[in-house]
Amino acid sequence: MSDHNGAALHGSPGQTDAVDQSRRGFLTFATTATGVLGAAFAAVPFIASWSPSERARALGAPVEVDISKIEPGQMVTLTWRKQAIYVVHRTPDMVSKLPGHDGQLKDPASKASDQPAYATNATRTVRDDLLVVIGNCTHLGCLPKARFEQGQPELGADWPGGFFCPCHGSKFDLAGRVFNGSPASVNLRIPPYSFSNDSTLVIGLDGAAQGAA
Amino acid sequence: MAGDNNDGLPVRTGFLGWLNKRLPVDAFMRDQLTGYYAPKNFNIWYFFGSLALLILVMQLVTGIFLTMHYKVGELTAFDSVEYIMREVPYGWLLRYLHSTGASAFFIVVYLHMFRAMLYGSYKAPRELLWLFGMVIYLALMAEAFMGYVLPWGNMSFWGAQVIVNLFGTVPVIGPGLVEWIRGDYGIADATLNRFFSLHVVAVPLVLLLLVALHLVALRQTGSNNPDGVEIKANKGADGKPIDGIPFHPYYTVKDIVGVGVFLTLFCIVVFFMPTFGGIFLEQPNFEVANPMSTPLHIAPVWYFTPFYAILRAVPDQQLGALAMALSLVCFLLLPWLDRSPVKSTRYRGWMWKSALTLFVIAFIGLGYLGLKPPSDLYTLLARVFSVVYFAFFVLMPIYTKLDPVKPVPTRVTYDHG
Repeated sequence: MSDHNGAALHGSPGQTDAVDQSRRGFLTFATTATGVLGAAFAAVPFIASWSPSERARALGAPVEVDISKIEPGQMVTLTWRKQAIYVVHRTPDMVSKLPGHDGQLKDPASKASDQPAYATNATRTVRDDLLVVIGNCTHLGCLPKARFEQGQPELGADWPGGFFCPCHGSKFDLAGRVFNGSPASVNLRIPPYSFSNDSTLVIGLDGAAQGAA
Repeated sequence: MAGDNNDGLPVRTGFLGWLNKRLPVDAFMRDQLTGYYAPKNFNIWYFFGSLALLILVMQLVTGIFLTMHYKVGELTAFDSVEYIMREVPYGWLLRYLHSTGASAFFIVVYLHMFRAMLYGSYKAPRELLWLFGMVIYLALMAEAFMGYVLPWGNMSFWGAQVIVNLFGTVPVIGPGLVEWIRGDYGIADATLNRFFSLHVVAVPLVLLLLVALHLVALRQTGSNNPDGVEIKANKGADGKPIDGIPFHPYYTVKDIVGVGVFLTLFCIVVFFMPTFGGIFLEQPNFEVANPMSTPLHIAPVWYFTPFYAILRAVPDQQLGALAMALSLVCFLLLPWLDRSPVKSTRYRGWMWKSALTLFVIAFIGLGYLGLKPPSDLYTLLARVFSVVYFAFFVLMPIYTKLDPVKPVPTRVTYDHG
């Protein structure tokens, strides 16, 4: 293999010992390139096998919640796609107080935060009375506690009610917006959701998709 | 070829003669051990390489036996670890040897790395040796992280949540990357299963290969020593380095003393304080993983805390993750950042000595702060230490060049008798 003077070794008539370097260079390059390309294609199934399986996708399907039983001021917690979802029935008083503390927030208009377009508004909701957020703190994923009573001493006399993360002290208001001084830098995320009727909330399904269906 | 050179080989007859004609046992012993010359002035800092090798073997053996009883899966993993602890004969011992071994591995590796910094062992011609070592260290971090997830305790779960989410800070592909790593929309059975595969098969294979490369590169350049003198520059009439002694028996015997001391300390921890006060095994990991309940304070195991403290010290999440990644990359660049003409700290000036001292204080300080819940004072301290940490590397080309160095002797010294 390493001896390239095949013609001389085998003594084939009519062949010379001269090596065509440019032809050899081209063939070496072409062979290597084909091999690399083949290896790249062969890697696809292995890499793709790490994506969520069909079962995981099926279990990640939208979930329905009966919201008619949630009293005003109450919160229910459920899971969707391994994440905690907080559903809060906000009272009119809670909603009306939301704009009052915009000055203390990092991202009052939710410009840098993660939410569907239909929840990018002052109340961060589709329906004013119903807040739907992903509970996991945007800092490092802990679960903030519901602290809806106003003016709690340890949270500050002007505490307007919201969520407090016991891990690293991030504070969020009743629209999931993060207060200044929190380690979290963006508001709580909002999952895609829609309403199949007045009393049924569907988490994981966009309103747009619902309209198309 | 090693097999063709018969210098110094015993004349063998009978079975050993037959064997050596077919397998170069004697030649291998001569080339790697009895004829491999190491500097004669090694001190206590030179125990940690062989100790790291010992712990690697211990982890492989205890790991193999733990795998015989452990059951991967989100419904079975935690219970099977409890089963190992309570019902498998000596299962508690296997597990504590393995969990204490992980912490011991990092203690030994950190001391081994500090030795290299103390005596300039990463400098030319040993840059590749250092790089292989650093990649071993990175692979070890991956191995330890995934191993910590396997018991599926609550800290396993939330630690995995925090660490995997770090990849979400990568611009553009972050969220997709995190989902791909987890194999689900959250840390789940799929995540546990692939971490098990990587922990027991893939990463150990990579580690063994890297350790082999590390040792081959060491044989090529030879060991550095506390004086930073190249012993190969001074050879006697027999062609052997005057300041060298054969690795076997001199250093194999010395290393056995180190092994004895190490195993004594190691066993005290294994038998009397296996959790080491919640530092080697954290308290929340004694309850099962619960995606609906976060432990009050999430801290990684101690060997990651310096980097975790850097992550938390930066107010911006993305920049924090970047700073943490850079704090590791800095180590890789060390051979090229250090412009000093002198290797060993013994012959360096006050600038290097102060810089190295400050760096060690910052590293240990960050390690301590990473274990603690953040407070205003701690965050301020973490920021100061982070600045010192990065300044040590970034300013290194300047202060190592300006540093007034002492003349280096041509032969190794025994100034401590």
